[in-house]
Amino acid sequence: MSNSFLIILGIITPLFAALFSYICRYNNNLRDSFGIIGGLVTFLISLKIFHGIQNNEIFQITFFTLFDGVDFTFKVSPLGSIFSLVASSLWILASIYTIGYMRGAGEKNQTRFVIFYSIAIHAALAIAWSGNLLVLFIFYEILTFSTFPLVGHKQNAESQSAGRLYLSILVGTSLIFFLPAIFWIWLETGTLDFQDGGILINQFPAEYLSLLIAMLVFGIGKAAIMPIHRWLPAAMVAPTPVSALLHAVAVVKAGVFSFLVVIVYIVGPEFLLQTKSSDWLVWLACFTIMASSIIAITKDDLKTRLAYSTISQLSYIILGAALASSLALKGASFHIITHALAKITLFFCAGAIYVTAHIKKVSELKGMGFKLPLIFFAYTLGALSIIGVPPFIGSWSKFYLIMGSIEREFIIVAIILGISSLLNIYYLLQPVVIGFTKNSIREVKLTKAPLTVWPPVITGLSCLIFFFYANYFLNNVSGVIVS
Amino acid sequence: MFNIFLDDAAALVVVLPLLISAIIAFMPSKIWPWIISLVTLVLHLVLSLHLLKEISISGLIIYEFGNWEPPWGISFKIDGVNIGLQLLFSIFVLVSTFYSRKIFLSEIDSRDSGKAYSLWLLAIGSLNGIILTNDIFNLFVFLEISALASISLIALGAGQNRKALLAAFNYLIIGAIGATFYVIGVGFAYAMTGTLNMNDLVIQLAQYSDGQLAIFAGMSFMLIGLMVKAAIFPVHIWLPPAYSYAPSAVSTLLAALATKTILYFFVRLLYEVFIIYPSYLSLFLDFVLYPLSLLAIFIGTLIAIYQDDIKKLLAFSSIAQIGYITLAFSLKDHSGITSGFIHIFNHALIKGGLFMAVGYFAILYKDRVTLNSLRGFGYKYPITSFALLICGLSLIGLPLTNGFISKLYLFQALYTNQMYFSIALVAVSSALAVAYFWKIVEQMWFSEIKFKSEKEDAYIYLPIWIITVSIIFFGIYSSPIIEFSNLSADYLISGYQN
Repeated sequence: MSNSFLIILGIITPLFAALFSYICRYNNNLRDSFGIIGGLVTFLISLKIFHGIQNNEIFQITFFTLFDGVDFTFKVSPLGSIFSLVASSLWILASIYTIGYMRGAGEKNQTRFVIFYSIAIHAALAIAWSGNLLVLFIFYEILTFSTFPLVGHKQNAESQSAGRLYLSILVGTSLIFFLPAIFWIWLETGTLDFQDGGILINQFPAEYLSLLIAMLVFGIGKAAIMPIHRWLPAAMVAPTPVSALLHAVAVVKAGVFSFLVVIVYIVGPEFLLQTKSSDWLVWLACFTIMASSIIAITKDDLKTRLAYSTISQLSYIILGAALASSLALKGASFHIITHALAKITLFFCAGAIYVTAHIKKVSELKGMGFKLPLIFFAYTLGALSIIGVPPFIGSWSKFYLIMGSIEREFIIVAIILGISSLLNIYYLLQPVVIGFTKNSIREVKLTKAPLTVWPPVITGLSCLIFFFYANYFLNNVSGVIVS
Repeated sequence: MFNIFLDDAAALVVVLPLLISAIIAFMPSKIWPWIISLVTLVLHLVLSLHLLKEISISGLIIYEFGNWEPPWGISFKIDGVNIGLQLLFSIFVLVSTFYSRKIFLSEIDSRDSGKAYSLWLLAIGSLNGIILTNDIFNLFVFLEISALASISLIALGAGQNRKALLAAFNYLIIGAIGATFYVIGVGFAYAMTGTLNMNDLVIQLAQYSDGQLAIFAGMSFMLIGLMVKAAIFPVHIWLPPAYSYAPSAVSTLLAALATKTILYFFVRLLYEVFIIYPSYLSLFLDFVLYPLSLLAIFIGTLIAIYQDDIKKLLAFSSIAQIGYITLAFSLKDHSGITSGFIHIFNHALIKGGLFMAVGYFAILYKDRVTLNSLRGFGYKYPITSFALLICGLSLIGLPLTNGFISKLYLFQALYTNQMYFSIALVAVSSALAVAYFWKIVEQMWFSEIKFKSEKEDAYIYLPIWIITVSIIFFGIYSSPIIEFSNLSADYLISGYQN
């Protein structure tokens, strides 16, 4: 199969999954199976592209010209190949999990849910493989609009206002900051293509680079840096599969991925290091890391707590991009994978606890560990990985980030990363500790939902296993930095 | 025989609709006025295409009525500036006439069909005259005909809602004030120069090269009169009620084309005639038109957010969009004028499509379309709703729609003129457009009420989808619109540089 055909196939497979789910909407089992099939197909394609990129193959396809110097084109970068691999592989597990969760929790409108879920994945893959900034922007917006029905899925007053907040922040920031920033780049350079080493150097006035970076980081609201983070906790009213795959993997990772891509392929790390235009962002990212960790401690609702943890972890990636040294970029890119694996595990567990025991709050978890041992086992694996304990995969990215901050001589940043790990221990492991407290075990009626139990166990174990195969991914990651 | 017909194409595009309008006025039939109008407008399109061919060869057509040479006789001028608009006009009136039949039938007394189409063609002919005329007094005549035709058409909405009468009366009074201002200005100009022909006016005005108070007064009168007619903020107040209480088909025609043609003449007057007083021109552009445009953009958008009535919402959004166009025209350079023309084209399509879709909802719902009444329409009438969605996304200016191209070129023009504050304002107001548009989407698809889908009328959704597809088409393949706009700007700017 030719390389360009692979790209088209990968991007349209989720759309076909959505279409077939609609056609088979009266047969629940058939309808839901298309998510799994679509996931498998896109995963195989992503894997092939991933290996192709390792062998320096070129994956590119251009459709038509939008305006001077900007085509509607897809071109897979090493960074993009990682993101698509993560999104597609986790889509398989999430589809299985979705079946268990949606039926277990008795949600309505399941067909609409599956359809928009697939469209969201389509948008995420297209973002991963986009060949220039405008194509990325187009699918960034499609991702926002396609997740809106998922956030407002319950259609009650709470989810409606959450949906509005979600949409207004994400679309608003993208139209006010991101799109003008794209126009600005185009007006100065005449192109928006992603190129190794960036396109801005010698083209863009260095004194305005800080402003551009600010427009980008606040314009890409999906990266959830403070103060543009409110949409993420609000989005937690969505059913858990959405929180798990979209608001721990596809959507938020699309945000930080977009920012990383801009730094690596548009601005260029070299230009950034010369001008030091992103040093202010280092401190904002550190602030976000600390502040959201502290907020997370105060939250009793498990999903909200995880959402704040996500905000803090996303800022690790922004921090790495802002540092722009090779080690930091390596850590940031790798953190996309490690955090995705670990966080989806935690969300899967939170959802599984809700479906089986109908518990949402941390304080109500007393003794649940004995009743739901597998779920708590998986949760612990995920939590340890996020904390960054070896031998879990999360320790690698944290290691590189700390090394990167030392490389740039930001010693305080390294210390902040350490403190943040301590906070992680507190607020992520507290549910486990409560879960295994013996006194005052509440009587809870358990519903069986095996399909929600096994996916987190798989992802949790892979956090452990991939620690030893980190090089497999790191090869591609270093491809990001070398040039 | 047909060639004789084509030789007078420039006159016929205006005269033909006016003539036919008289013929069908008292026709008692329900369907024949529509068929005759449709045939007329097909001919109209053929004539416009012929004009395009001529222009691509010669570059300029001056049509002298009765062979009276200008400056004595009335003349039409067709050149690169207006040929693009003429073509858009021709196509859009054809599509909207096709769309209008069932809408008219359900909103007005079927016995009035002949009268309605008579007025409809009268409005079309006179608006076309505004595009082509090269004579400032002749323009006044067309302004008056189009105003009277539009007012009567708006008043036809009284069968649905009595407020249409008030809206029509408002338009009558305010429009008359605008027209009076304009004609006073024309009087000043005629007293000073003894000519009404635009090309001659430029030559005659040159003798007062140091400027004369009477000239400036006349120019100001003319400009203010046109601003009222083009609904430029703050003299826009006639527009929202007029658009929203008119019969739906009429709102479509008015929203897409009426203000656009006047805006076109406005910019032509500025850059072809008044350009010989650069200091006056830049005074007007920098201290009147530019700030008013910014206010229009901001206030129009804000008011639109708080509207409950969908047609009113769209009307206030039009005020803001007219603000984008005048903002572009106030920039005094090639990029600005180009982007203004691009938005004239694109916005005509977008607003036309939106008003068509909402108009269809109005006759389906049999009442005024408010936010609440749209509940569940996304499921009930999926075909039309989806068209509405695409038009709305284009209004916001998302990529792959023509609204994005408008925004891109407006940003470029503002950037080359280093107007960073305006860039920020345009960006913010386009984000606010999401707020009012998404309210509609939310009601249509995400309310609790669910309907089974119902059959939609192909005669109505077909024209809506023609517009919608063109919105996407020109979003992807934008060069026709950009080239026409470039051409317009070339012609106007060459006057500027001389």
